Order: sequence, then C-alpha cells, then structure tokens
Amino acid sequence: MAQVTLLGAWPSPFVYRVIWALKLKGVDYEYVEEDILYNKSERLLKYNPVHKMVPVLVHAGKPIAESAVILEYIEETWPQNPLLPKDPHGRALARFWTKFGEDKNPALFGFLRTEGEQQVKATKEGQEQLRILEEQGLGDKKFFGGDEIGMADLEFGWLAWWLEVWSEITGVTLIEAESFPRLHAWIQRFKEFPTIKETLPDRSAMLTHYKDRRATFLALAKS
Amino acid sequence: MAEQNKVILYGTWTSPYVKRVELALKVKGIRYEYVEEDLRNKSPLLLTFNPIHKKVPVLVHNGKAIVESLVIIEYIDETWKTGPQLLPEDPYKRSQIRFWASYMQQVSEAMVLVIKTIGEAQEKAIKEVSEKVKLLEAGLKGLFPDGIPSVHEYSKNVTLLDLVILAHFGGYEAQEEVLGLKLIDSEKTPLVVSCITALIEIPAVKESLNPLEKVVAFLKFFRENALKSATA
Repeated sequence: MAQVTLLGAWPSPFVYRVIWALKLKGVDYEYVEEDILYNKSERLLKYNPVHKMVPVLVHAGKPIAESAVILEYIEETWPQNPLLPKDPHGRALARFWTKFGEDKNPALFGFLRTEGEQQVKATKEGQEQLRILEEQGLGDKKFFGGDEIGMADLEFGWLAWWLEVWSEITGVTLIEAESFPRLHAWIQRFKEFPTIKETLPDRSAMLTHYKDRRATFLALAKS
Repeated sequence: MAEQNKVILYGTWTSPYVKRVELALKVKGIRYEYVEEDLRNKSPLLLTFNPIHKKVPVLVHNGKAIVESLVIIEYIDETWKTGPQLLPEDPYKRSQIRFWASYMQQVSEAMVLVIKTIGEAQEKAIKEVSEKVKLLEAGLKGLFPDGIPSVHEYSKNVTLLDLVILAHFGGYEAQEEVLGLKLIDSEKTPLVVSCITALIEIPAVKESLNPLEKVVAFLKFFRENALKSATA
C-alpha cells in the first residue's frame, strides 16, 4: 500500500478528526508533528502553500489539505467502516452538519479566548449553536451518523474531550447535562467508543497547553 | 426511473451561491422550478425549508430540503446521472476540486469587500483578491496541466469547481465596468479567464447568464448602498 503520512500538531482537534477517521478504518499511517505555532517546516509550506496549516494528509506523495476535504478523501479511498450513509439525502445531511461545524466551531471556541463580559457573550453565542445541534443535528439519534459514528460525529468530537479541559481552565461550562441532555449523552457514548477512547490526547498535558494558549489569546486581545 | 422528480430551487438572482446550483442543474439538464426570494421579506416556505440558516440557495427535491451550495451540488451529482459528472471518479482529483471550490468562498468574500469599499480599504481588499486569485490560478494549473480543453471537450467534463468559478467570476465584465478595474485578466490569470470563456459557450450555461446591464445596475446599487451605510 502506498505511504500515508499525516502532518499534524498536537492537540489540534482538526488533526484528531483525521486521526480518528484513519483509525476507525484501520488505515496505517505515519504521523509527523509540525511546530505550527513557532516554526512551520519547509515540508508543510510545500504541501499546503495556500493555508500553511495542519492537518495535511499525504498519500502516495500527493498532499490533501482541509480536514473536511481530507475526510471525504479517506472515505472514498478506504470505504470500510463508512463515515457517510449510502443515500444521497443522508449524505447531504452529514455534509450539512459538517459544514455547520466548520462555520460555527469558532463561535463555540470563543469562551476560551475571552474574559469578562466578552466571555459571557461568547458563551451565550456558543450555547445558541449548541441548542441547534442538540435539537436538530443530533435529535434522538445515538450518534450524528445514526447507529454508527459518522463524519459529523468526527466534526463535533472535540466537544467530547476538549470542552471539559477548557471548562476546567475557564470555569465556564458550555454543556450542562440538564440543559443539553442529548449532547451530554452523546459525549459519554463518543468518548467511550473503543477506537476513540484509545485516541484522545492526554488530559493533563492539554491542561498545561491550553492554559498557555488562553494566556496568549488574552494578552493579544489586550495589546 | 419513472418516479416523481419534483425539483424546486429557492434563490435570488444576484447570489453567486445560488448561481452555482443553477448552473449545476442546467448543465445536467435537470428540470426545476425556480422561486425568487426577497431576502428582506423571506417567504414562509424558505423559512420552513431552511430554518437553521434562513438563506438561499435551498433545493427541495420531492419535498426534502438540501442547503449549502456545495452540499447541494454534490447531492445533485449523486442523484442525477445525466450530463457531465461534476466530480470525477478519482479520489485525488475530487479532493483538489473540493479544496478549491471551498477556497472560492474566501475569494468571493474578498471580492465583495472590493465592491463595498473605497480608498485605502479598497486598496487592501484588491491586494487580497489579487493574492487569492493568483493561488487559484496555480491550483487550476495543477488540475489542467495541458491548459483548458476545447469547448466541446469541456462541456462533457465540466466539474463542480468550474461552475463555482463561473458563478463568482462570470460577471467579471460588469465588475470591471462598475469598479473601473480588473480583478481577473488574461495576462495575470490566463487559466481563470480561459475557463470562463470556454464555459460561457456551453448552451446550457449561456442561457443562464444575466444580461450585462442588469448586473451592472445591481452592482452599482449594491456599491452605493454599502458606501452610504459605511459613512452613515
């Protein structure tokens, strides 16, 4: 099989999305850590000249950038354990929610990067999007993908692990069990799913990392 | 298949995102009903079919709504096997087309800024468009290493990316007239220009183009409005 390499940066949820997809499908790959904050490599700039970001998947020497595009490529190249249903309408829904995540995730991250009144506003905005996700995206399904984990579950997977860490750091809880019972239940199911459970970044290392990042964001905002 | 195939497209004639979907339907020869929406007075049907974003385009196929222009086009390609296949078979080629189609949103947003601003703000926006279009040109070079094919060949192999580029740049003459400057030209962005020039010759595409005067009038109005609110 041709070489599969993933350029990533720990603990990026965008990168983990791709890692989960590869692991769920049993695809062997080489992982290469990029210093995305302070020292982007020549290799990264060559493989993703447009955005200069991770993740980048390189398969048989050919690079693919943008996590949503990478996930579609993985789905088409390794069809086992599918991330999309067969019917076009079901696929359109999965893609809709994936795009919803791409567009709204920055609003959901907002509370990590802000403080005071701005943080209150960001939290409220984030919860508005979560309400839509809870009621219309997930509904009564086991996973966004139905009975199995699908593309949209991977898009929102960060809610199942990163959010807890950020809550601990900021003291802000975005998803309370009483106000978002379905998302809360989904979070437990997602992070307990065997392949996912073994593929989550170390929590205490994340605490250190994001405490640092938050300090940087807040300092930048003040300058 | 003799099933009831009712297709309705909710849109506004000025939106390039709607245009993307229109072009896909036309190029694949799919019959559809078009409903023009007034975005200042959205119809109850639009709000029913797209309650989350309340935007156009919305495609309703046999009563089921699909939203987000690129999601709609992939749905169209998967559902109707007539006309060109808008995403080729090869997964790598598909990934490149998806990447650049997605990138066009950023190009489009920068273009809108050029139309809405003057002076220094506009200079900055023009520079941004120029940089982004340059990258797009490089992307097209990767997809068309032997240059843009003849119109005849092109019409059989039109892709999702071609339609997206046409939707945003097809009105380039109107943009030039209103702005007094070129955002794309055959010297700096030869592939983008030849792509549009070839696509416009496809009959299904030609008939969907808006008359120049209509687009010019709209762009002038849009720009004046934007500048007025900026100084208000």
